[in-house]
Amino acid sequence: MAEFLHLLASGLALGGVYAIMALALVMIYQATQLINFAQGEMAMFSTYVAWKLMDSGWPYWRAFAATVIVSFIGGVIIERVVVRPFARAPILTSVIVFIGLAFIFNALAGYLYGYSVTSFDSPFGGRPLFGSGYMSPHEAGAVLVSLCVLAVVYAFFRFTPLGLAMRAAAQNPVSSRLVGIRVGWMLALGWGLAAAIGSIAGMMAAPIVYLDPNMMFGILLYAFAGAVLGGIDNPFGAAFGGFAVGVMENLVGAYVVGPEVKLSVALAIIIAVLVWRPSGLFGRRLVARV
Amino acid sequence: MAGRNGASQIVVALAVAVFALCFPFFASGYHLYQGAQVLILAIALLGLNLLTGFNGQISLGHGAFFAIGGYGTAILITKFGLPYWAAIPLASVVCFGAGFLFGFPALRFGGLYLALATFALAVATPQMLVYKGFDAYTGGAMGLQLSKPHAPFGLPLSADQWLYLFCLAFAAALYWAASNLVRGRVGRALIAIRDQPIAAETMGVDAPLFKTTCFGVSALYAGVAGGLSAIVVGFVSPESFGLPLSLAFLVGLVVGGLASLGGMLFGALFIEFVPNIADQLTVSFGESAKALPGAVYGVLLILVMAVAPLGVAGAVKAAAGAARRAFSSSR
Amino acid sequence: MSPAILEVKGLEAWYGPVQALHGVDFEVEDGGVTAVLGANGAGKTTILRALSGLIRRSGDIRFRGRPIGALATEDIARLGIAHVPDGRGTFTDLTVEENLRLGAYVRADRQAVRADFDRVFGLFPRLAERRRQQAGTLSGGEQQMLAIARALLMRPSLLMLDEPSFGLAPLVVAEIFRALGGINRDEGVSLLIVEQNASLALDLADHAVLIETGGVALSGPSRAIRDDDAVRRAYLGY
Repeated sequence: MAEFLHLLASGLALGGVYAIMALALVMIYQATQLINFAQGEMAMFSTYVAWKLMDSGWPYWRAFAATVIVSFIGGVIIERVVVRPFARAPILTSVIVFIGLAFIFNALAGYLYGYSVTSFDSPFGGRPLFGSGYMSPHEAGAVLVSLCVLAVVYAFFRFTPLGLAMRAAAQNPVSSRLVGIRVGWMLALGWGLAAAIGSIAGMMAAPIVYLDPNMMFGILLYAFAGAVLGGIDNPFGAAFGGFAVGVMENLVGAYVVGPEVKLSVALAIIIAVLVWRPSGLFGRRLVARV
Repeated sequence: MAGRNGASQIVVALAVAVFALCFPFFASGYHLYQGAQVLILAIALLGLNLLTGFNGQISLGHGAFFAIGGYGTAILITKFGLPYWAAIPLASVVCFGAGFLFGFPALRFGGLYLALATFALAVATPQMLVYKGFDAYTGGAMGLQLSKPHAPFGLPLSADQWLYLFCLAFAAALYWAASNLVRGRVGRALIAIRDQPIAAETMGVDAPLFKTTCFGVSALYAGVAGGLSAIVVGFVSPESFGLPLSLAFLVGLVVGGLASLGGMLFGALFIEFVPNIADQLTVSFGESAKALPGAVYGVLLILVMAVAPLGVAGAVKAAAGAARRAFSSSR
Repeated sequence: MSPAILEVKGLEAWYGPVQALHGVDFEVEDGGVTAVLGANGAGKTTILRALSGLIRRSGDIRFRGRPIGALATEDIARLGIAHVPDGRGTFTDLTVEENLRLGAYVRADRQAVRADFDRVFGLFPRLAERRRQQAGTLSGGEQQMLAIARALLMRPSLLMLDEPSFGLAPLVVAEIFRALGGINRDEGVSLLIVEQNASLALDLADHAVLIETGGVALSGPSRAIRDDDAVRRAYLGY
């Protein structure tokens, strides 16, 4: 039982990371109908930026905030410079460009920060929570941060005019232009936001999976699985999917297939959902075929 | 015009063939090894090109089929005692089956989601190869060792020379097969399905059958390549079949030229030698040179898409066309 | 004759390589109503799309004397030209309230926006009832009202409507045209209406332009066109 609870807890912690990444993926998907294969590498690079700042003596939360802001700006720039020129290109082209971006970030991180695995501090201290060993402080903190991010993003989109404009631009770019919304900038902001929340995911994941240039491949895969499971056009369905995948990964990994093949759980989820219920648990539109 | 175009293509092809055949007789053992690797990669790229370049189905996971071919061959040799020249075709047939089966759910996915699913396949493959349940066959994390075959019938060739020629034979045959496929009815059907799927169906093309079969054939090519790689390298281990391999295939395909079979040789040379050069640079520049292949790949992928979407092959064709026009107008 | 709020000279437009408009000239009086009539496929909708910058166009287009032919769609909208497109263009996944808030997106004058909300709900009470409903669940007529209401919240000086009567029951259409007439009379909003329903449009408009295969076949005061049997039968089919 104790083992089960522990698996559940750590599943939720990583699930929170997947939920945030899934949210970032869905935000870009909703606006552009494209899946950002470079999201993981961007998050990884942001995490290295945070690490570098802390290594230079910055206190954790200041480095955290600076990283989020820098990532936001980086996301906006990437959208304007790399993504925008390919806006009307076929899907294969976009996939290739995103993979190219992923390569570049991966190489940049390796070049600037080296390939050895590094540890990354958690801001949540060493005392176990709930007076038990079920959940480490970082795991609890990670879940909390994830929920905060989800809440803040929800509030932003639901209650602010800018959030409304971004939603409108994603749903109906033509009508948005007709009311004066600068759709191009809404896209750039969407990328910025996705990069920012991706950086938070990276910083929450790093204390658990350790920092190295290849840390995000697996996480990205789980985030994909979560987004597909929840519904790739439903941000909060995707977030739920992320948590669900986190828990499932741990439970199926421990009790069914063995922890070394956890990634195949993600693969199985993706294929199963796309075959039997392509719109995911909460997605509204059916996947467009034509 | 067409005649002259065809003639120059034949000349180039002959030159390449002659070079390839003579290569083993003046190259060192290590260069032969590299040559064999290039041929192996070219075979895999041919397969991927059929699927993605000609049929428009995006696969980011062909490393998985390469792995099935490699491991299949290794298992057949070490656990079932098959000779290598029988193991490779048999393993490839299994790959065809795997690809064909994967093609069915792939029909439902469509472009982006197929990319996603194959990405998942690529990331999950190394772990699946390490699965405890298969340990007896796969050798777990250690992988499997294979002994290098020697030239048959007492031919006066070193093992390296023989392996190179063995790979060359497969490469030539598979290139010829792909070339015929693409030029014929099947090729036109594949391209039609890629560009105008609805129109193709209304004209009676059985798109699902073509697409799944194309997946199977593509996987078969990757499987042959994987099997050849197993015996040339001498072992198979899980880490060599992960995401970087699948993505390298993508790079080779894009740089060589989507929908250009000839371009795949260039693509193979590219992905074989760029990491090689980077490795040599680590001697002078230290660890950070390890980042070079990734950086080059990334920049090139974006650059090619922006400037020359049909890769090197497309650029060469365009340049040749321009030169020809300049020539004929100056007459 | 009031000055023109919109002057169009030599308007050409393309859908990709296909040219759809071949030199269209017309004007909209400041505070007036101009109807654009013609058969299906004549190019009426194309005119509005070209004016809004949604498709490739060329020609001399001036809004209050200022050339707008090279501006982006969103900048044209911000100048005070509201375009209610064919198909209504409502944000179907958003609520009625959110649709309306988007109409006021570019405005900074919060007080005036609130007043406009009240005005718009007064004009179209049904929208007030369905405030929190998802726009996609509204009936055709209600969506048309929503589209017009959203356009009004932009406080436009020129309101361009593409086939406002399309697919709607006669009673609903009458209600909408009554509202449009009120908007024009009471608030001085100039109207440019593309319509299939010629008689309805001619009753509302001061001026009419008849489009045929991408060019102007006839233009003049609407009363003249309405009263000329030969023209009506030849061009408008009734």
